[in-house]
Amino acid sequence: MTSVLEVRELRVRFPGRAAPAWPVDGVDFTLERGEMLALVGESGSGKSLTSLALLRLVPAPGTITSDSSIRLGEIDVMSLDGDALRRIRGRRIGLVMQDALGSLNPVLTIGDQLCETIRTHFPLSRSAARARAEALLAEVALPDPARRLTSYPHQLSGGQRQRVLLALALAGEPEVLIADEPTSSLDVTVQAQILALIDHLRASRGMAVLLITHDLAIVAGRADRVAVMYAGRIVETGATRTVFATPGHPYTRGLLDSLPRLRGPVRLVEPIGGSVPSPDDWPAGCRFHPRCPRRMPACTSQPPVVPVAPGHTMRCWLPRTAP
Amino acid sequence: MTAPLLEVRDLAVHYHTTGLFWSRPVVRAVDGVSFSIAAGETLALVGESGSGKSSVARAVLRLGPTIRGSVTFDGTELLTLAAAPLRQLRRRMQIVFQDPSSALNPRMRIGDAIAEGLEIHRLVPARDIPRRVAMLMEEVGLDPAWARKRPHELSGGQRQRVGIARALAVEPALLVCDEPVSALDVSVQAQVLRLLVELQRRRGLAYLFIAHDLGVVRQVAQRVAVMYLGRIVESGPTEAVLGDPRHPYTRALLASAPDPDAQDTAPATVLSGDPADPAAPPTGCHFHPRCPHPLKDARCHTEAPGLLTIGERAVACHHTTAA
Repeated sequence: MTSVLEVRELRVRFPGRAAPAWPVDGVDFTLERGEMLALVGESGSGKSLTSLALLRLVPAPGTITSDSSIRLGEIDVMSLDGDALRRIRGRRIGLVMQDALGSLNPVLTIGDQLCETIRTHFPLSRSAARARAEALLAEVALPDPARRLTSYPHQLSGGQRQRVLLALALAGEPEVLIADEPTSSLDVTVQAQILALIDHLRASRGMAVLLITHDLAIVAGRADRVAVMYAGRIVETGATRTVFATPGHPYTRGLLDSLPRLRGPVRLVEPIGGSVPSPDDWPAGCRFHPRCPRRMPACTSQPPVVPVAPGHTMRCWLPRTAP
Repeated sequence: MTAPLLEVRDLAVHYHTTGLFWSRPVVRAVDGVSFSIAAGETLALVGESGSGKSSVARAVLRLGPTIRGSVTFDGTELLTLAAAPLRQLRRRMQIVFQDPSSALNPRMRIGDAIAEGLEIHRLVPARDIPRRVAMLMEEVGLDPAWARKRPHELSGGQRQRVGIARALAVEPALLVCDEPVSALDVSVQAQVLRLLVELQRRRGLAYLFIAHDLGVVRQVAQRVAVMYLGRIVESGPTEAVLGDPRHPYTRALLASAPDPDAQDTAPATVLSGDPADPAAPPTGCHFHPRCPHPLKDARCHTEAPGLLTIGERAVACHHTTAA
């Protein structure tokens, strides 16, 4: 296996009035070539901040701690600065976010925005960039790409704008695509189109995808592996099928029991009590323990990462017995 | 059979929008919608953005404009009712909004927010109000000691509980729930869903439940009506409709819905295109430009299909037979 992205001990620190907060606190994962890894968590879990950290875009006054390691192939992302970072952003790692209207410039045409991005990455003439832009719009299956080059963002529907954002993210031919809640503001039928498109692009380009989402349901049957985040840490990770079928961590189980199902007999959802803690007030030890139905005295100290099954680990004190 | 609690007949809601220099076409947000809800029953109104489901909710409470049709609540016609009797009747039909943060006055203590309806309708003597508020807070799972807190001190789920307590304070018979859990994290969404189900059992409440998430609908609704561009395209008992959808749009909606039990991606029935613009709906069957039905023909382009009743179910499609 060749990993395109390897993240070790990623920590993001924000200075606080009393004490610093660590909204991302020791995140480890790897992303293989052509793989889709889903980073799943509720609001405040640190999943989006993790994605920004990979591009070294953590908003001030937050900082990535110096012992964090982000390796993109042979490149040590943590050691880069200025121009070297700009050559990574968009060129090696593409980013597509939720709000298609907020991410596009309302007074420039789609074509202008695409050409500008293309020419930032590659030394192309205007006409060559224009041709490339049209090809990208065709690749994201936007109907009538040549005409769309002259459209303004407000003339497109939400789904079409999301396709344009994907085209922008692909303009630098990245080997990793970070898709941060790429479909959260879309209707379900359009969401299904965009997710199918991302899947198709991953296969056709051999691109690795990091899918950041709060929605476990879109992960099933789509991502190869899933990493579940809670309060700044990954609490469980493994092949999607295995994690969904035999979740080890009580938080993952709780999330799955909270999900309304589309098939089978209707069982009333089983919620997790309490609410997600805030980064300036993480509980000590296992951060889930105040809400955990299976907490024990050991849970007030930091749990180890333990194997559940081959390729499937969790951060929990529970003995590894069958569920 | 007893008369339904709420009966809506041929309801139409049109919005007249004016442009800067010329008037724009009329938006037919709701175009001839009929349904009824019995006491203690839940009807879910399902659809994507632009389907008109929220306009129906507002029209039922007379919070929005109505062009034609009839809304009777417990035998009284609402659409022509004078202000004073309407105010009396409104006590019995309350609304819970999607976004509890914008539905609550940020400067009002939550105890006062819950008490407001009690005071307006003079339902209990003033000295009993604090005790009643405490009971309501307990009923929705809030600590009565929090009555002096303000909305920003609460989490999203807690704020939604305040919204529910506020609605319950005046002892309604019908609760209109407009996407009440869509803005919540999944573990918290499950808490609020359970609460709504328990309240219905305990108090015999009827719900008009506006939603886009079919999994959520299965949890709460005995019956479902699917809307597309201002019209109901299919309705019936929830399990029958979702288990064996007859309308091509319902099928597509179900196939597009993220399924946590999916084993692999099934790209089979991804619907193409976006929901059409309600200001310029397609002729004939509104769904025809996106419809994947193999028998689609000229009639679909020209003639709007009526709702064909099949037992407890109804479908509006030229190509559905009673079989």
